[in-house]
Amino acid sequence: MARAQPSRSRSRKATDVWLVDGSRTPFLKFRGRPNALSAADLGVAAGRQLLLRQPCPVDAIDEVIFGCAGPAPEEANIARIIALRLGCGHETPAWSVQRNCGSGMQAVDNGLQSIRGGRADLVLCGGTEAMSRAPLMFDESFVRWLADLQQAKSLGQRLRRAAAFRPRMLKPVVALLRGLTDPVSGMSMGQTAEKLATNFGITRQDMDEYAVRSHQRLAHAQDEARLPEVDPVHASDGNAWADDDGVRRDSSVENLARLKPVFEKPYGRVTAGNSAQVTDGAAALLLASDRAVEEHGLPVLARIRDSEWAGLDPAQMGLGPVHATTPMLRRHRMNLGSIDYWELNEAFAAQVLACLAAWRDRDYCRDHLGLGKAWGEIDPQRLNVDGGGISLGHPVGTSGARIVLHLAHVLRRENARRGVATLCIGGGQGGAMLIENPEAES
Amino acid sequence: MSRTDLQHVELEFGSDGIAWLWLDVADAGANTLSTPVIAELEEALGRVEEERPRGLVIGSRKPGFIAGADVREFGRLESVDEAATLIRRGQDLMDRIAALPAPTVARIQGHCLGGGLELALACRYRVADNDPGTRLGLPEVKLGIHPGFGGSARLPMIVWAPSALDLMLSGRTLDGRAARRMGVVDQAVSPWQVDETARRILLADPGPRRVRGWRRLANSGTGRALLRPIMERQLRGKVRREHYPAPYALLDLWARHGGEPLPRRLRAERESLVRLVEGRTANNLIRVFLLQDRLKTEARDTREAIPEHVHVVGAGTMGGDIAAWLALNGKRVTLVDPSGEAIAATLRRARELFQRRLKTPARVTAALDRLIPDPAGRGAARADLVIEAIIEDVDAKRSLYADLEARLPAHAVIATNTSSLPLEQLAEGLTDPGRLIGLHFFNPVAKMPLVEVVAGRASDAAALDRGQALVAGIDKLPLRVRSAPGFLVNRILMPYMLKAARLHAEGEVREKIDRAARRFGMPMGPLELADSVGLDVCVAAAETMAEAQGLEIPERFRQYVQEGRLGRKSGRGFYEYRKGKPRRSRVRADSAELDRLGETLVEPLLAEAERCRDDGIVADGDLVDAGAIFGTGFAPFTGGPLHYLAERGQSRVGENHGSDSQGDASGSESTASTSPASPDRDRTAG
Repeated sequence: MARAQPSRSRSRKATDVWLVDGSRTPFLKFRGRPNALSAADLGVAAGRQLLLRQPCPVDAIDEVIFGCAGPAPEEANIARIIALRLGCGHETPAWSVQRNCGSGMQAVDNGLQSIRGGRADLVLCGGTEAMSRAPLMFDESFVRWLADLQQAKSLGQRLRRAAAFRPRMLKPVVALLRGLTDPVSGMSMGQTAEKLATNFGITRQDMDEYAVRSHQRLAHAQDEARLPEVDPVHASDGNAWADDDGVRRDSSVENLARLKPVFEKPYGRVTAGNSAQVTDGAAALLLASDRAVEEHGLPVLARIRDSEWAGLDPAQMGLGPVHATTPMLRRHRMNLGSIDYWELNEAFAAQVLACLAAWRDRDYCRDHLGLGKAWGEIDPQRLNVDGGGISLGHPVGTSGARIVLHLAHVLRRENARRGVATLCIGGGQGGAMLIENPEAES
Repeated sequence: MSRTDLQHVELEFGSDGIAWLWLDVADAGANTLSTPVIAELEEALGRVEEERPRGLVIGSRKPGFIAGADVREFGRLESVDEAATLIRRGQDLMDRIAALPAPTVARIQGHCLGGGLELALACRYRVADNDPGTRLGLPEVKLGIHPGFGGSARLPMIVWAPSALDLMLSGRTLDGRAARRMGVVDQAVSPWQVDETARRILLADPGPRRVRGWRRLANSGTGRALLRPIMERQLRGKVRREHYPAPYALLDLWARHGGEPLPRRLRAERESLVRLVEGRTANNLIRVFLLQDRLKTEARDTREAIPEHVHVVGAGTMGGDIAAWLALNGKRVTLVDPSGEAIAATLRRARELFQRRLKTPARVTAALDRLIPDPAGRGAARADLVIEAIIEDVDAKRSLYADLEARLPAHAVIATNTSSLPLEQLAEGLTDPGRLIGLHFFNPVAKMPLVEVVAGRASDAAALDRGQALVAGIDKLPLRVRSAPGFLVNRILMPYMLKAARLHAEGEVREKIDRAARRFGMPMGPLELADSVGLDVCVAAAETMAEAQGLEIPERFRQYVQEGRLGRKSGRGFYEYRKGKPRRSRVRADSAELDRLGETLVEPLLAEAERCRDDGIVADGDLVDAGAIFGTGFAPFTGGPLHYLAERGQSRVGENHGSDSQGDASGSESTASTSPASPDRDRTAG
């Protein structure tokens, strides 16, 4: 049965792009061993709960796009696997995107482009990541030794090559650590945060206080049912999770002060406690054109207005949000005060605080953002109001989608008009998305 | 070039000299070797003998190869001579295939059972595919007979005797790969390779498989003399000769004639089979097979759409296992329960089930993806049918139905798994009481084939049809029953269990009671059964039925429940349990005593079965027998409790008395049938 082709006519009025609804799994932290659910499983779980709530049938979806920074080897084009397992049908194309920490937002952005360009009316997009399942790999020297052994042509050769074995060849390579280091600058993500902390004078105290607030806000959000987008997951090993499990209700500056710096020893400031946690999780969002909303009678949560990607020095990747948000807002003749609520992904407390400091810093704004003066302040009460990567965790491919979805719910709840979701991206980029709450428009 | 004047067989002669014989029995879903089909095969073979092709491929145009001989035809045989003639004809056909000068290959996809495998064994080669749906076997023992188209003679020549006998004595089936490992087929390849492989094997013609080397000794006189007692001992551990003579006859057949030339073995096979067909067990097991077939085909008669999305409420043992079974059989299931742990535990059990049945990871994942945890109960909006398996409480169920009614699509059926609450009570308060039916599954869901489809007084015919169609579509046997306390199965089991409890209270040893019942042919003794159901559940159920059936619950039962001795689940009931198994002591008892005790124990079940028939709980007496056999495991070799009574020549209730004990038609028209084997309804194959 052929799918109805969406209209590709350029002459039709530019459609709004609507965020209909979204669902995410609870975020589950890495506890030293692989968790029960793969990235594909998590994506399927989030997608299933989302689609169960929609009035439209599953095969009405025109396209599926998922972000994932580190899919498993058997998850090539993970979006396609998720789409097929969700029952979208053989005819629904699906593709996967990777912009490191921005992959989740990239997927939403591509959904936005597809709908604007008339290629699709209904897009399922999102992000998924199972960092706990990042592999332990054989060291290259061991792989070479195995290859040599396999290719030996005689018994003598085989014995000689076997004798070349050294126990140190067996030391495993932790893929996770490799993934979190930028090969071009040679710095780990944490080191870039340390650099920013030095440049902007952000103290250990500042970072730890910020971290505590993140945990408190998440705990409060859980207690007050402020995370309606979370749906429980159940694994076939008999375990079930209803809530994000990274939250530390006992978090305090005193506790955090005891932790040792992790990225720059011995006198660094960034610790495991004031950094984002290593976590698994998935988020699924449904985007629709005006036509799809009408045809299927879909509810709408928010309008996705605009997006922006920016590049900057990889050594300062933490300032990515500043570089992406500024041109986007200026395009709409807005400034920091025009935005009611913010989601700025908490990769590191230092990095979030550095962004705020950069916008306050006249020299930085002049030299790097093309502004005449300091751009201003963001009210901390309007930033990451229900916690963030520090308390929730940061599944790399997912966070970009999570913050867009949660921001939409915050705007609804607070009856506010506009929000910006923005994040920093390893390798030196920033991404930002501007969304609006149609119900709060005057 | 294709011959089109045959109805069930298509014959093509290719330009490369290879002939293809395709079986495609008209108006049937599966190929069976009935007399008309055998006749056409004979004619087709005649043409093959004339044309002298380079090779012959025998295949099927249906999803399966050949399902076996036509059991209905077998059941309709009126005399020993007829049986002998039919068997001889089948053997001759196979001989003729084996005697063809050109090489022959059986191209096997799907089921290849009984006579179908015997035909394949008569071919020089066999090629199968490795699809999990492809099953090969000789399950005749399950019908109380054994292979009669030469299988018992040919298989031990191709596969060494112990494997051959194991396959025939157990009646189990092999998939393509297992068949290859055993040597039953020469190749097991991907489905799209089957035709080419068949062609190539004919062109290469490497020579038929034969048992070689030291394995041939198994068929020698010494080998048979040594192996026979071992195998007989294994058999005795599983089935009694008096109840199930067929496997013993097969073993005798091989042990006595295994070393003789083929024609003599074929004659011995024929004679042994004829003797079995005369006996009661074969007739009764064929009757059971036909009853099973009846339940399946009745479900297909509906024009109602088969439910595809099932919403299951309640993830306890029953609800969860039902949800898993539904997903295993291709249904989309949403499962709701307030406890996330219960849902997750269901997924764990489901994964174990799927891994056992589906084997490959891709299929297991696909099945798990069909089993959707739905804590918010959103699946109701899309459901075709709801199965409710929550606690046995009228108010809880009623309020659930009211909530569901508001959210379900108009066509959705509400099915309750209740075993004790009357549907009429539950339906009160529904805007449309017609949509409520009962679908009563048995524990454990994966093993018990029967599902009672319960019609309340107000239940809609369409709703019942849809429920029945769902049950048939998930590889279970639907039995329509009227709503009354205990429905059918629990109602006939209860007096049986209570009687046993009473005898126990009066001093009878519990191991003796259970052993006597098993000796009679019940799969489990009544006290162990009560323990596994749960003594509290039994008492509650008995109380529901007590008034209607005039049951008396022995004090001992209630006492146990009060003491917390609830059976296996609490570690102690009538027996003590360790790791789920009862600790039984040895008892000495002589056979005659056990036989008498067995009859005494079963008597209340038989009486209740008659009452069920008379009360019209199911449509006729045959269905009472079907319910007893498939729902309780009642000795299948008896043909069912009512059939057993008729054969025994007695009846407990009312005026029906059989004329003699040989199983001829008795006075009651609903119990007996016109021939020993086939029940009332006469249907054509397929």
